[in-house]
Amino acid sequence: MQMVGMELAGKSQKIKSARELGLVACTRCTKVWPAGTETCGRCGKRLQSRDSTSLQRVWAYWFVGFLCYIPANMYPMLQTRTLLTVQEDTIVGGAIELFHYGSPGVALIILIASVAIPVGKFLAIAFLALSVVRVSSVSMHQRQLLYEVVEYIGRWSMIDIFVVAIMSSLVQLNTLAAVTPGRASLFFALSVIFTMLSAQAFDSRMIWDLQSRSSDTPDDTSDTSDTSATPNRTAS
Amino acid sequence: MMPSGGKQRDLQLANHAIKLTNTMMRDTPLPLDDMIVCPQCDAAYSLRRPAIGERARCVRCGTVLITPRHKAGMQIIALSMTVAILIISATVFPFLTITAAGTSNSVSILDAALAFSDGPLIALSLATAALIVFIPLARVLLAMYVLIPIVLDRPPARGAKQAFRLSEAMRPWSMAEIFAIGCAVALVKITDLADVGFGPAFWMFAALVFLVVVQDNFLCRWSVWNSLENPKR
Repeated sequence: MQMVGMELAGKSQKIKSARELGLVACTRCTKVWPAGTETCGRCGKRLQSRDSTSLQRVWAYWFVGFLCYIPANMYPMLQTRTLLTVQEDTIVGGAIELFHYGSPGVALIILIASVAIPVGKFLAIAFLALSVVRVSSVSMHQRQLLYEVVEYIGRWSMIDIFVVAIMSSLVQLNTLAAVTPGRASLFFALSVIFTMLSAQAFDSRMIWDLQSRSSDTPDDTSDTSDTSATPNRTAS
Repeated sequence: MMPSGGKQRDLQLANHAIKLTNTMMRDTPLPLDDMIVCPQCDAAYSLRRPAIGERARCVRCGTVLITPRHKAGMQIIALSMTVAILIISATVFPFLTITAAGTSNSVSILDAALAFSDGPLIALSLATAALIVFIPLARVLLAMYVLIPIVLDRPPARGAKQAFRLSEAMRPWSMAEIFAIGCAVALVKITDLADVGFGPAFWMFAALVFLVVVQDNFLCRWSVWNSLENPKR
C-alpha cells in the first residue's frame, strides 16, 4: 500500500494529461488505454483523446436551441380561460402578471428558470466554445466551474414546462376556469433539450489543453501558497 | 481553489506524470490498470484506492473520481426498490385535487404529464411523461439489475455493462426533482384560483424525490465499473 494524503500538488502545470503521456482515457469509466485504442474494453465507449467533432456539435445544438428560444418567448405559454375572460400569457408576461398580483417570489423563480438560466446558458456555452479556440483570460478553474454549473443547472429550465403541465391538467373546471398549454411550451422544451445536448457535446478536456500548451506561464495565482509542496514521484 | 471536504477526508491522487513522461515507451507494457484519468480534464494519476468514506478527487479540476461508501451496494439496492415502488404507486394514486365553487378535478402524475395532448403538443406529453416517470423508473430498475449480482458476489448479470451504460446516459434526463419544484410553483399560482388538496401520491412523490437524490449520490461509478470488470469469482 502506498501512503496517502499528499499535499496540494503545487503548481498545476506539473500535471500531465493522458494525451501527453500517449494514452487515451475513457470519459465514462476513467479507464486508461494506449493511444489509438478504438473502444474502451471496460465499458465499451468509443475512445477519443479529444472529441474532434465536439465544437461542431456544440454550435449546431446551440443554434437550434437558440432558434427555438425565440418563438418560445413570442407565443403564449399558457391560456387561462375564466367565466368572462380569456387570457394568454407569454413567459415574461406571465411572470410580470404574477409579480403584480402578489407573488413576487414565484415570479422571480419563473424569471430565473425561464429567462435568466436559458440566456445565461447560451452565453456561457458560447463563451466556453470560443475560449478553447482562442486564448482566454479567464482561468481554467473558473471555466471548468462554469462548465459544471452550466451542465448542472440546464435541466432546471424545464421547471416552467412542468408548471404548465400541472396547471393545465389540474385546472379543468368546466366552464368556471380552464388552463391550456400554449404553443410556446413546445418550443421552450425543445430549446431546453437542445441546450442540454449542446452542453453535453462540449469536451471539457479542451479547456485544459491550452494550459498544457502555454505551460510556461502559470495561469492561476490561487495556489501559489502551495508551491512548497513537493511534487509526487511515486513509482508504481 | 478546491473545496476541502469536511468530515470526508479528501485524499489527492498522486500524479503519475513525472515518472511516466520519461519512461514512456510503447513497447514496454505500462501498468495502465494502475492509472486513472480524470474524465473532465484528462489529468493522469496513479491509482490509489481510497479507503471507505474517503474521496479521491482530481487535483487539477476537483472532480470526484472515486468515492467508496460502506455497504453502498446494499443501500442503493434498498433505495432503488423503495423508489421503484413509490414511482409506480405515485403514478396511480391521485396526485392533486382542485376544488372551486363546487366543481372539483383530481389528477394523477400521469395526467399532469399528458396535459399537452392536442396536436403537435402530444410529443411534449410523451417527453414529459418520460422525464418525470419512465426515465427515473428505468434508472432504478437498471441500477438493481447491475448491482444485485455484484452485492451477492455473483458474476455480473448478462448485459450488465450495457445496462449501466444506459442508466448513466439517462442520468441528466431524469427530472423528478425538477417536477417537484414545478409543483410548488404551480400550487402557488393556483391557490388564488381554487382550493388545492393533496392526494396520497403527492406525499409519495415528495419522499421519492428525496430518495432519488440520495440514491444517486451514494453510487460510486468507478467502483461499479471496476466490479463489472473484475467480478469476484
